[in-house]
Amino acid sequence: MDKKVNITINGFPVELKKGKTILEAAEEQGIKIPTLCYHKDLCVAGNCRVCVVEVVGQKRLSAACATPCEDGMEILTNSLKVRNSRKHIIELILAEHNADCTKCYRNGNCELQELSSEYKIMTQDFIELAPLKNYTIDMYSPSIMKDDSKCIKCQRCVRTCAELQGVNALTVAYKGDHMRISTFFEKAMNDVVCTNCGQCVNHCPTGALVERNYIEEVWGAISDPTKHVVVQTAPAVRVGLGEEMGMKPGERVTGKMVAALRRLGFDSVLDTDFTADLTIVEEGTELLTRLKKALVEKDKSIRIPMITSCSPGWIKYIEHLYPDNLDNLSTCKSPQQMFGALAKTYYAKARNIEPEDIVSVSIMPCTAKKYEAHRPEMHDSGYRDVDYVLTTRELAIMVKQAGLDFDKLAPAKFDRLMGDSTGAGVIFGATGGVMEAALRTAYELVTGRDVPFENLNIAPVRGMEGVRKASIKIENPLEEWAFLDGVELKCAVAHGLVNAKKIMDAIKAGEADFHFVEIMACPGGCLGGGGQPIPTNPEIRQKRAEAIYAEDADLPIRKSHENPEVQKLYKDFLKEPLGEISHHLLHTKYTKRERF
Amino acid sequence: MAYSYQLKRVDFIFRNENDWEKVLSNTIKKKPDEIINELISSELKGRGGAGFPTGLKWKLTAESKSKEKYVICNADEGEPGTFKDREILTKVPYKVLTAMAVCGYVTGAKEGFIYLRGEYKFLEEELNKTIDEFQYYCQEINLDFKIKIFMGSGAYICGEETALMESMEGRRGEPRNKPPFPTQAGYRKKPTVINNVETLVHTWTIFKYGAKKFYDLGVQYSRGTKLFSVSGDTPKPGIYELELGMSLQDFVYEFGDGDTKAVQVGGASGFLVPRKKFKDTAIGYEGKLVGISLPTGGSMMLFNSSRSMFNVLDNYLEFFREESCGQCTPCRVGCQQLLLGIKAVKRGEKPASYLDKLLKLTETMQLTAKCGLGQSVANSFSSIVENFREEMIY
Ligand SMILES: Cc1cc2nc3c(=O)[nH]c(=O)nc-3n(C[C@H](O)[C@H](O)[C@H](O)COP(=O)(O)O)c2cc1C
Ligand code: SF4
Ligand code: SF4
Ligand code: SF4
Ligand code: SF4
Ligand code: FES
Repeated sequence: MDKKVNITINGFPVELKKGKTILEAAEEQGIKIPTLCYHKDLCVAGNCRVCVVEVVGQKRLSAACATPCEDGMEILTNSLKVRNSRKHIIELILAEHNADCTKCYRNGNCELQELSSEYKIMTQDFIELAPLKNYTIDMYSPSIMKDDSKCIKCQRCVRTCAELQGVNALTVAYKGDHMRISTFFEKAMNDVVCTNCGQCVNHCPTGALVERNYIEEVWGAISDPTKHVVVQTAPAVRVGLGEEMGMKPGERVTGKMVAALRRLGFDSVLDTDFTADLTIVEEGTELLTRLKKALVEKDKSIRIPMITSCSPGWIKYIEHLYPDNLDNLSTCKSPQQMFGALAKTYYAKARNIEPEDIVSVSIMPCTAKKYEAHRPEMHDSGYRDVDYVLTTRELAIMVKQAGLDFDKLAPAKFDRLMGDSTGAGVIFGATGGVMEAALRTAYELVTGRDVPFENLNIAPVRGMEGVRKASIKIENPLEEWAFLDGVELKCAVAHGLVNAKKIMDAIKAGEADFHFVEIMACPGGCLGGGGQPIPTNPEIRQKRAEAIYAEDADLPIRKSHENPEVQKLYKDFLKEPLGEISHHLLHTKYTKRERF
Repeated sequence: MAYSYQLKRVDFIFRNENDWEKVLSNTIKKKPDEIINELISSELKGRGGAGFPTGLKWKLTAESKSKEKYVICNADEGEPGTFKDREILTKVPYKVLTAMAVCGYVTGAKEGFIYLRGEYKFLEEELNKTIDEFQYYCQEINLDFKIKIFMGSGAYICGEETALMESMEGRRGEPRNKPPFPTQAGYRKKPTVINNVETLVHTWTIFKYGAKKFYDLGVQYSRGTKLFSVSGDTPKPGIYELELGMSLQDFVYEFGDGDTKAVQVGGASGFLVPRKKFKDTAIGYEGKLVGISLPTGGSMMLFNSSRSMFNVLDNYLEFFREESCGQCTPCRVGCQQLLLGIKAVKRGEKPASYLDKLLKLTETMQLTAKCGLGQSVANSFSSIVENFREEMIY
């Protein structure tokens, strides 16, 4: 079926595979056609119309993103007719847009701004519509702000929430001049099923949807001499931050990031990977304990499969949409929250600092983590466990504000005490990573041997397939785990909430026999998180994933339970996995929520 | 130029005939190809506005490979002032049902829907009774075709065929990208024939009386008859079946009040014709036979000299601003700009030359809007502004 079509683009003949759109054909030829509503992650909408091109012989212009190439087409991407129309359309968008770029969060990284700059829209002949409308800004969510006056109605957010996340928190309301992006009953984002995943933010071309930023608060804490500010960095940040600093996707900037954080003035630069490793030890033990209770003691109250709980977007989703399955969740907090709880207890004690003087900041690829830090249950240290959550993008803003030449920074190392990490902690940033890290540890715990995969790389759980399944047969276990002898440990991995839905529906219908399931709210896992650099698309996620696995391969220790600081933590403080202190500080409960 | 075509009233559509069983069973004795050729040779074009050749539409759908296909009767009739489809469904519903069943036979569709305008809910009960009767007969002659009514949501845009399908599938009524066309991927992404109520009745006429009878009516490029909803400043508003190709002059002689200043042909998305152009304007599909030919979904609105053309345009633009689905930039923002723009000119806040800017804008809307609604705003806007410029300014 690989039929060819022959077309011309701006007079030059082109041969290409059948089924490509004009936009794709032009891109192959190195010709950029401007777009706004188009995004590689999403289905084609064809509503902004800035991508119009002329197909010779046709009365009307065609939307390049939505029009397949047909044999013999003569396409003009820059004729006078095209230019005039395109300019008109940009002018129309701007007339409806509250274009005060200097006061806009997306200033400098905005597709509309870039487009109007390219087309040199210097005047506004049309009547300004934005001031005529009663736009309000929704600021109720700790994660996301929605400013309708900046919205160009491209519906990328709506498609993102529906197609990638299956949440449908955002919808199109009204028609004609009243058409706008809204929520169920026009409630605030904080009061609807929204998971705070931030994918809509990441896919919005303008400043209409942005993260709630806490940059000034963090600067305030840093410059307060009475405060000791600790910062933790999630695994995915180190493979994304480089993009914000002008590097190609897939650059690993761990050392530079640490150096930058230190120069920003954080008192201690620590690693979420450390608590990722801790999560594995706790969660791995929890899994084995559950299996024992379920398989040996036949305890009917134990829910299998156990599902991971480190993605707060996923947690909010399951609380809303599968509230009857909350017992399937691991009780482990996310690494961010484990870190927060330890920072104001274990760390405070070890460093001899009053916990109330500690400000705990985390740098996350994620907007849902902002909401998570706000949860009332996340005060187990006696204080708010994590005070401020910044996205990768906010960190980049701080680095720029501080005037640091990122490129020139000499790589530095994390501070000690909660700064050590292993390859297993790093791969938490990619879909399948938690599963792989958990298997590396659990298998060894049970059998005393390494997982039976070359170089510890558990290939079947890697990749970008939406749902992946794998199984490992347990043979010759240690005596304590004899009941697992011959058991096929069945696992599943899903990323993007539409894929989570597939697994959950199978579990609900009793059609799934998994023991352990990893779910990440965002496509690609955290490396594709809502707080990561914009743009994020399939190719960029792929590059970041490669970087994550390269980082893992390069680390001397690649199994969580071998993390020396984690071992020390148990010896000095926690005593044992799932012990009393762990239970208090590292585990949590979930809340049933309504769908509407 | 003189016209050889006078206004001719005809009576096909509402002719009450009670032989639909015979028409149905006789027609489906023919091969699908024969029926399609009959339709093609009649040169029947769609009466819903776009004027696509009906025979070709059926042929394309018949040729599309799929086990699942659909026939949809578009009874959304949203154009203000028109109610011809309602009359058809009230007076001769069996003609529509017969035509849908034949279409199913020809294309291989086993299911048909009547997409009924929300405001026509009162027709539903009676229509369902007729459908039951009809369905009974289909069973008798072993014709596997089911018809259901689907109630519309009340938005004008849902009359646009792909928005209609979106709304039938439970989504927001927003037009889709074309291609693919409904003949390839329509309702539930399956090949679908969608026809206007009146178009379907004309196919009945062709099945019963033959293509030639139909072809002999009207003029070249515009064959057959058409229902017109006549309204505005006229002593005899109502619905009339007339031959296509008549000159607007003849039409005004018949329906005008002696003081007709302009006629809006084709409703809000149509053209305004001023008195001086009545003679050179024919009512029909685009063709090269006479001066200008204007297509119409059937709405003919007459204005006498007491009417302000500014108000007329203002009304249309108000309508479009509200009824645009709002998804695409040129239409959503364009309609707002046009409306506010003419008001600003009228109030003297913008110079008269701003009208030229707006005319350019309508050109862009015509070139780039996603669907027929946004594309056709230019029609009324430019025809009114160009012919009655002073009324816009003073
Ligand atoms: C904004 C808009 C509204 C429309 N409304 C109707 C309608 O109410 N009824 C109708 O039959 N066609 C309507 N159409 C035309 C349909 O899209 C379609 O062309 C028609 O149903 C095809 O049938 P036909 O070939 O029999 O004309 C509308 C088109 C547009 C762009
Ligand atoms: S969204 Fe973009 S164009 Fe609009 S104000 Fe912000 S930076 Fe400027
Ligand atoms: S944050 Fe996620 S769930 Fe919430 S509206 Fe955006 S995409 Fe949907
Ligand atoms: S909020 Fe952003 S993504 Fe959503 S429609 Fe508006 S501009 Fe597009
Ligand atoms: S032209 Fe108007 S009605 Fe049609 S798709 Fe665009 S906004 Fe919707
Ligand atoms: S990018 Fe093609 S219409 Fe928006």
